[in-house]
Amino acid sequence: MHEVSLCHQLAGAVTRATVGRHVETVHVTVGELRQVVPEALEHAWTFVVRGTALDGARLALHQVPAVVACDDCGHDARLGRQLGFDCTACGSARTHLTSGEEFVLTAVDVHDPPDAPEQHAPQQPAPEQEGTLDGALSPP
Amino acid sequence: MGRFHRHDDGHEDSTAHSHSHEHEHEHEHEHEHEHEHPALDAHLGDHSGYQTGRERIEILEDIYAENDRLAAANRAALDAAGVHAVNLMSSPGSGKTTLLARTLAALAGTVRVGVIEGDIETPLDAERLGGLGAQISLLNTGDGFGGECHLDAPMIAKALRGLDLGSLDLIIVENVGNLVCPAEFDVGEHRKAMVYAITEGEDKPLKYPVMFRSVSVVVVNKTDLAPYLDFDMDLFRRNLTAVNPQAEVVEVSARTGAGVDAWLAWLSGGLTTT
Repeated sequence: MHEVSLCHQLAGAVTRATVGRHVETVHVTVGELRQVVPEALEHAWTFVVRGTALDGARLALHQVPAVVACDDCGHDARLGRQLGFDCTACGSARTHLTSGEEFVLTAVDVHDPPDAPEQHAPQQPAPEQEGTLDGALSPP
Repeated sequence: MGRFHRHDDGHEDSTAHSHSHEHEHEHEHEHEHEHEHPALDAHLGDHSGYQTGRERIEILEDIYAENDRLAAANRAALDAAGVHAVNLMSSPGSGKTTLLARTLAALAGTVRVGVIEGDIETPLDAERLGGLGAQISLLNTGDGFGGECHLDAPMIAKALRGLDLGSLDLIIVENVGNLVCPAEFDVGEHRKAMVYAITEGEDKPLKYPVMFRSVSVVVVNKTDLAPYLDFDMDLFRRNLTAVNPQAEVVEVSARTGAGVDAWLAWLSGGLTTT
């Protein structure tokens, strides 16, 4: 139900990351427990970006299942409807979610406008990029 | 909230981790993070249809990060003023405002309470709470057609400016009546609570697990109606335990006042003694 405000946030993040580039596709990873309705999000996206630089950009949703890991026996299980969060293998209530709560802008596919000069972001050596990405993925 | 991969590395800029590169490097990323983002890697592997001048910019920005940063700022402001905040959520018609009115009446003179009233189109709710000794900050979330489905951290930041924090002990945020969206947004509260009425059916925790998991107490309201309903309290408690084993349950009737003392005790449990 808050898909419109999420799309505003998303459009802001995409715009900041892609100034001056033509955006084709916006990739968003959405966890199952985020309670986002994909059709509603896609619909909201089309009218949130209408008339902006992102008009026409496609939203690509990548849904992630909710997975519960057991603290006692280590069993991983996809969360089922109506089953609750107890471990399906040993019945323990000591479980935690390992995925399903994401709402992350992961990537944007862009191309330069045909009439624009070549304008690529500065190239960095690959190892350094990975270091940066790792830093983003793990809390300090 | 700590629910996401956080970017807490000192960058102020929310796009701190965006970077771009040519496609030949992408495979290295994919293998590196296969365990973290299986769904993401699946789509990164598709390079078909790429043309010269096209590229993928990897970003990894949590869309809730901005809300969470503002929520942390709200919490810091509350902490600095020594105010404890409770985010009170429920479905519409659960009796949240009735419980709140009874709460304010009971605490008047002992605990200095502020209320952030966010329910849709609620001058009515605010009127019901007026004259009970609490400071009330009214957020008009409705714009004529339903309005907002939840309160978020920026709205609470605005509402806090309408309260004199220095003269308060406790703030109760009356969230929008809705079992979906309010569960998604940290507003800077210290604890989350929800009011659930026995007229809603025993299966609600299983239908709205995100909401029921987010709270530390569920106030089970309208117990005075039990003789007229087939409500099965044991079944409800089993369903709640299945999604949130830690949740406390307080059975009350906001109408008669039965059980409200236990709720007041839970509320006061968060207050620093003065």
